[in-house]
Amino acid sequence: MLEEGAKAPDFELNATPDQKIRLKDFKGKNVILAFYPADWSPVCSDQMALYNEMLKYFNKYDAQIFGISVDSVWCHLAFSADRKLHFPLLADFEPKGEVSKAYGAYDDEAGESKRALFVIDKEGNIAWSYLSPTAVNPGADGILDALDKLTKK
Amino acid sequence: MSTLKPAVSENDHIQGDQSASVEIVEFGDYECPFCGDAYPIVKEIQETFGEQIKFAFRNFPLQEAHPFALSAAFAAEAAAAQGKFWEMHDAIYENQHRLSEHIFAELAEMVGLDLEKFKEDSQSEEVKQKVESDFESGVRSGVNGTPSFYVDGIKFDGGVMDLYQMLKESTE
Repeated sequence: MLEEGAKAPDFELNATPDQKIRLKDFKGKNVILAFYPADWSPVCSDQMALYNEMLKYFNKYDAQIFGISVDSVWCHLAFSADRKLHFPLLADFEPKGEVSKAYGAYDDEAGESKRALFVIDKEGNIAWSYLSPTAVNPGADGILDALDKLTKK
Repeated sequence: MSTLKPAVSENDHIQGDQSASVEIVEFGDYECPFCGDAYPIVKEIQETFGEQIKFAFRNFPLQEAHPFALSAAFAAEAAAAQGKFWEMHDAIYENQHRLSEHIFAELAEMVGLDLEKFKEDSQSEEVKQKVESDFESGVRSGVNGTPSFYVDGIKFDGGVMDLYQMLKESTE
């Protein structure tokens, strides 16, 4: 998995059927990438639901968060609407898992993204990364600590 | 390993003996069904272990997922201003199945609050701040869902039944 100091591989992924997100376009902003195995995990301990509640904290750090899984845009749309998510979920769908693989966050056996977090600084370098056991929601304390460090630089 | 930040202080709502040997902190959401399920077990834990335990509750409302969670947190904190935090906390969990925006005044009356003051406090900046700082403390402490428990300042990796079991074993 890519670690601190590595250049964050650029990518272009669909957020909706007709909207693409390109990492390069977010230069000058901190970016959080949250790779996760699949949409539709149980509600109250759902990682994306937690990040959804934290957008104002991420804003304070001038950081944009993206969720990424191999689910299709249509699946993401339904999931997003159901959970009232206010940040983009990107579909690493075709070729399947290509971006997850580029970040070293793909589980070949399961055919899903691993549960991995990346904080990317304003110059597009990875400032922090963390691989969580698939069954464990890693929370957000690590992300905030990494963003803290970036703002103190 | 995630630790509780900041540590329990006089800003917290605490039940039990100050000098108790085990400190349990729950981060909870009043509308979360898992917290609702945990509520009677926590009570049982408190009864079983008595003065060996002190219990604190911090707010972790997932307001996007749970439309009444934030109002409920405000209601409990507003009750705290009249010294009835736990009465309100309990009343909300006991009525979780019928939570609505209108239930809080009824519960306030039930636990014997001054209604005018309660309504005012529910909207106050202080109450909002308290809920907000609880939430931020949860985020900083690595809360990843509700309920999350901390035992003596360390995140407990398991649900409330696991907690009960662990306490049983450690006090045997």
